[in-house]
Amino acid sequence: MAGLGGRMSTVVKAKVSKLLDRAEDPAETLDYSYQKQVEQLQNVKKGIADVVTAKKRLQMQENSLQQSVVKLDTQARQALAAGKEDLARTALERKNVAQTELQGLDTQVAELEDQQQKLTDSEQKLRAKIEAFRTKKEVIKAQYSAAEAQVRISEAATGVGEQMADVGLAMQRAVDKTENMRARADAVQELEAAGTFDDITQLGPGEDDIDRQLKELSSQPAVDDELAKMKSELGSGAPAPQIASGEAPAGEGKQA
Amino acid sequence: MIVRISGEGQYRLSDADGERLNALEGAVVTVINEGRGEDFPAAFGAVLDFVREHGEELADDALDASQVILPPADATYDEARHEFTGEGLIPD
Repeated sequence: MAGLGGRMSTVVKAKVSKLLDRAEDPAETLDYSYQKQVEQLQNVKKGIADVVTAKKRLQMQENSLQQSVVKLDTQARQALAAGKEDLARTALERKNVAQTELQGLDTQVAELEDQQQKLTDSEQKLRAKIEAFRTKKEVIKAQYSAAEAQVRISEAATGVGEQMADVGLAMQRAVDKTENMRARADAVQELEAAGTFDDITQLGPGEDDIDRQLKELSSQPAVDDELAKMKSELGSGAPAPQIASGEAPAGEGKQA
Repeated sequence: MIVRISGEGQYRLSDADGERLNALEGAVVTVINEGRGEDFPAAFGAVLDFVREHGEELADDALDASQVILPPADATYDEARHEFTGEGLIPD
């Protein structure tokens, strides 16, 4: 095989070979080998379930943040209509932070969808190969001498082993990504726990620290723009939204 | 020759296409060695596209081993640089 494949694929292939070597000789005992394959398939299923769980968690956070965006937008309008510009600015800063987090979550949910799809495809391929291997080993055992059967089954097992190694690498990537995302999910949860997206009309003393951090987190030009826009809407005689209606104007719920 | 794209599948390529693949792959390694991260996605994408376009995808239940295994399509420049430069896994 010398000369085939450049350095890049050689390195990846070496990695896969290493994984294959680490496993028991897949052809050593046929039934044991098949049992290992089925176990690996169970692991893949569990890996997919973990990705789905992580995705659901992010989606729940998305829902919660979307509601916060709507609520804070409404409260900003109410505050402005009541002439409380400072309060309106605070609400818009929080809305801005919530929207930024939402965009980050959107990207991550999409990435997890992608991981889930890839793992599902890999699982399907692995399942097909295991099934083919199972059939083939019976045929080979019946048709060939013990020594020859061993060689042929070993070849077939290598094909399955390579797919197992590949699924293993894909699962590791999924786990790494899921862990990165957990960090973001935790950050959002901290913001929520700190009352960042709470009802601003409930603000009491001692919230100054949160507000100072929010000012740093939020995009002030975007907040200025939105405040100006809201003011002009109110000034031009647009009807003020009903207090505590919880409804935002169309299109304001989520700006991805 | 049989080429696997990690996390995607296996493809059968003619020997002539295998050589063209080798050249495309060499271009990726050059990009990495010269630290041109901005050129990595296009160069790496060209390798994968070549395999997908010129290769015949193997059936799910095929039991063939691959001669060449490529990194997954979502491999980043940083990952590639980390793996293919410096000491690497296989010293030249």
